[in-house]
Amino acid sequence: MKIGVLSVQGAVSEHLDHLIRCGVEAVAVKNISMLDEVRGLILPGGESTTIGKLIEIFGLAESIKKRSLEGSLAVFGTCAGMILMARDISDGIDEQPRLGLLDIKVKRNAFGRQRESFETELEFDSFGYPLVGVFIRAPIIEKTGENVEILAKLPEGIIAAKKDNLLTTSFHPELTDDIRVHQYFVEMCKRV
Amino acid sequence: MKEQGTFRVKKGMAQMQKGGVIMDVTTVEQARIAEKAGAVAVMALERVPADIRAAGGVARMADPEMVLKIMDAVTIPVMAKVRIGHLAEAQILEELGVDYIDESEVLTPADEQYHINKHLFKVPFVCGARNLGEALRRISEGAAMIRTKGEPGTGNVVEAVRHMRKVMDEIRQVLGKIDDELVVMAKEMGVSLEMLKEVKNAGCLPVVNFAAGGIASPADASLMMQLGSDGIFVGSGIFKSEKPEIVAEAIVQATLHYDDPKILAKVSKGLGEAMPGLEMSSLAEADRMQERGI
Repeated sequence: MKIGVLSVQGAVSEHLDHLIRCGVEAVAVKNISMLDEVRGLILPGGESTTIGKLIEIFGLAESIKKRSLEGSLAVFGTCAGMILMARDISDGIDEQPRLGLLDIKVKRNAFGRQRESFETELEFDSFGYPLVGVFIRAPIIEKTGENVEILAKLPEGIIAAKKDNLLTTSFHPELTDDIRVHQYFVEMCKRV
Repeated sequence: MKEQGTFRVKKGMAQMQKGGVIMDVTTVEQARIAEKAGAVAVMALERVPADIRAAGGVARMADPEMVLKIMDAVTIPVMAKVRIGHLAEAQILEELGVDYIDESEVLTPADEQYHINKHLFKVPFVCGARNLGEALRRISEGAAMIRTKGEPGTGNVVEAVRHMRKVMDEIRQVLGKIDDELVVMAKEMGVSLEMLKEVKNAGCLPVVNFAAGGIASPADASLMMQLGSDGIFVGSGIFKSEKPEIVAEAIVQATLHYDDPKILAKVSKGLGEAMPGLEMSSLAEADRMQERGI
């Protein structure tokens, strides 16, 4: 099974390494023809304004939207990827580009600036033991829509959620050695 | 429990900037142009390097008021520069909440012997390097990101190329050495054996490595990416050109599609007059910023 990482800008190689460790074929997706080959796509952390703008220019945005809505593509967004996936952004800039795949409302840089970025142990869904979440100028989910399942929370709010073929986290599972979140996504890809 | 300012969090911030362009800006308007063009961060400065070079005198940290205005104007990360070794300037910038500090040879060094102990800060630092030894010394002082020094404010990419090639060449040398040879190499480079072993195990620098110092065109950005840069800093190249909006956007595209000549050709068209460049031989030894802080 082939799973892609959107390769526009950001932590692409880190996600590719984790996918390879999960035993799947991992590819960096830069254009539409590469997107056609994958069953799942990770939207990595980076700058959401930059990534959002560049995927619109090259028509990737339309393809991602279409395939995820018809259910033939699983999508996992981390950090900036969460912002791109969100239907609602509470404080985006005027032309904040977005894919609007998932019925959630997110707040950008919800914990503050880089100085306030942190790591912490957290409980994630049904995992047997906690995982370390690395939060970098991270967004938070302020509100979830119908049938959106909450997977992890901090006192400040929701930091991971899922619906059907869509998964999102505020933190960066690709920055620790733990591959459980990626395995979780691989299982989701098998079901599309 | 939340742990702030861990090395993983600081280094992770730079990882999120990979494949992107960080642009020098001196006003709120420029910062907005940079954000709109797709910059992953802006560097807030009082003067771009070309003007610092022209003005002479002592170049210091930017006015906090101006840095704060830029932080208010954009949602992308804001970086700012401090003089080499000037830990008080760094404390001030950390207090303001800038997202990244560049301990930079572009400003006049405050300490000719010591760099800032960057481990003491929660905010991450980027530092310039001309070779692997400099890069690893800065990382051991706590730098979470490295960039080539190049020769700032010249619009001439030749020094950035030299520095990137040198780092890559020295990494390849490390990969080919057995442990007892690494001991000698560590001594010659003035770095710890542990750091060289880390490089050998990873096959690359332990932190992200950008190109900086003389990048003035989309083709320059592509060249540096093809030499192995993780991303690009553009100083004077954008706002010293005739059409900053177009040049900024073209350099962003060229950094992403650095290996696609078709797109490079397209974005390189109609950029207007580039910044005027400087030939290295016309620079006196004392005017070479790259010799600062080694």
